[in-house]
Amino acid sequence: MRPFVYESPSTPQQAVSRGSANSAFIAGGTTLIDLMKLEVMKPSRVVDLNPLELRGIDMLEDGLRIGALEKMSDVARHPQVAANYPVISQALLQSASAQIRNMASIGGNLLQRTRCGYFRDVNTPCNKREPGSGCPAIEGENRMHAILGTSESCVATHPSDLAVALVALDASIRLQNGTDERLIKLDDFYLLPGDTPDRENRLQPGELITEVRVPMLPWARKSAYLKIRDRESYEFALSSAALALDLDGDRIRDARIAVGGVGTRPWNLPKVREALLGKPLNQETFAAAARFAIEGAYPLTQNGFKIDLVQRTIVRALKDLGEVA
Amino acid sequence: MQGKSEDQIEPPADSGPDRDGFSSRREFIRSLAAISAGLTVAAPLGRAADLTERSIPKSAPPDPNGIQGWTEIKLQVNGNTERLVVDPRVTLLDALRDRLELPGTKKGCDHGACGACTVHLNGRRVLSCLTLAVMAQGKEVTTIEGLAKNDELHPVQAAFIECDGFQCGYCTPGQIMSAVACINEGHTGSDREIREFMSGNLCRCGAYPNIVDAIKIAALKMKGGAS
Repeated sequence: MRPFVYESPSTPQQAVSRGSANSAFIAGGTTLIDLMKLEVMKPSRVVDLNPLELRGIDMLEDGLRIGALEKMSDVARHPQVAANYPVISQALLQSASAQIRNMASIGGNLLQRTRCGYFRDVNTPCNKREPGSGCPAIEGENRMHAILGTSESCVATHPSDLAVALVALDASIRLQNGTDERLIKLDDFYLLPGDTPDRENRLQPGELITEVRVPMLPWARKSAYLKIRDRESYEFALSSAALALDLDGDRIRDARIAVGGVGTRPWNLPKVREALLGKPLNQETFAAAARFAIEGAYPLTQNGFKIDLVQRTIVRALKDLGEVA
Repeated sequence: MQGKSEDQIEPPADSGPDRDGFSSRREFIRSLAAISAGLTVAAPLGRAADLTERSIPKSAPPDPNGIQGWTEIKLQVNGNTERLVVDPRVTLLDALRDRLELPGTKKGCDHGACGACTVHLNGRRVLSCLTLAVMAQGKEVTTIEGLAKNDELHPVQAAFIECDGFQCGYCTPGQIMSAVACINEGHTGSDREIREFMSGNLCRCGAYPNIVDAIKIAALKMKGGAS
């Protein structure tokens, strides 16, 4: 690990003032310390956010507010979250391990870096880590990589399960920079890699995520997260689906759906949603709608199976939540 | 496994001072630490955590903007207040093992993937390899050394022995710390639930069935007030 200056400011304004392109904020540290040991990240200044008051899990009139420093485990087991947005609880509980969920913050979860082996190995090229150096994954080990949103520069998946659930629920995050604040939809926050895969989101240097806001959606009580992976637990997704259903008898009145493990960012599926609206709750509806998920998909040498897998993930999530045999 | 673990290495053959005048490996390493602390320019910063001396003189005045280089911190470990001098890069794991002479907590992957380094911070299980020592200040740290009450084993420790919940034993301190938290969190409703909530602790010997048995037995005892 490279030497750094450690600071623990007491207000968000102080924290933001210490932020820069060469600094890193630390909350749980589960991504940052790991990547600093690998020298993938080499901040000269580490600003500890834990003294800040960015906490609280509150059900408000217009929806759910989660302070950015809340831990994954605390959000997952919060009764209001589990009751009103089971998809959030389930996405969190299917992430990482009990220890990591006790450490990692909600803000940090949304900013975690890809698990691409080339990104994590400083002895190999990687356009995300060193712009312009190349992408060995395109012709190399790419079984875990993305089929959606890829470019000639980068095919790495976004690893967060929580982000998939939040994008499906049309959540926003509040950002603070100096005394300026802005609210941005999470779906607009994440960027496609294009030819600048080092830029993963719209966060400015020194800018801080202070809270997550999830709009009120009464029918999100009927929601779920389905994660398909190589091991039953403690593994990243090969494919996953965040789903909420509003049912009118055996017809679908409304739906929200996003997928993970297959995209370079959390992948919202408005066309799959449209294909479900007003349709009967059955296998034919689900299979027809799921086909819209792979529009523009580009399989690599080892991950062609994800074309089928993501559709099956969607169909199974719909069958489970819709209680269709 | 990175670096040498003190407890993996054979102790010196004779208990008396050897020909170099160092009576134990620890004492020898401590003397090395004192030497490198004196040679501040040559201090191996990248291997700061390898030093074992608790109190090393500061090599530079404190940075007004933050902590840089050697800094004295205070940790509450197993009920004791420990003062030690660390670089901000030192993880809680390295501070415990190499500075505070508590090598029960194990270094497995050192990247948060195996759970061998699990300790409790304010009663919650966390990974000490991904925790900076400076960030553990003001919190209660509990390690495997702090579980037993005098000579009386913690019910989870006793159950691991009873059920043969280990083979080589390297993952065991992390398994036990994680298991204590798993029981306290109430995640022992079924074998499946135990396996899910213990999935962050890998055992390459594959003692998993016996670990699950040990947790079930310990959970019953702890509910009965035996803890």
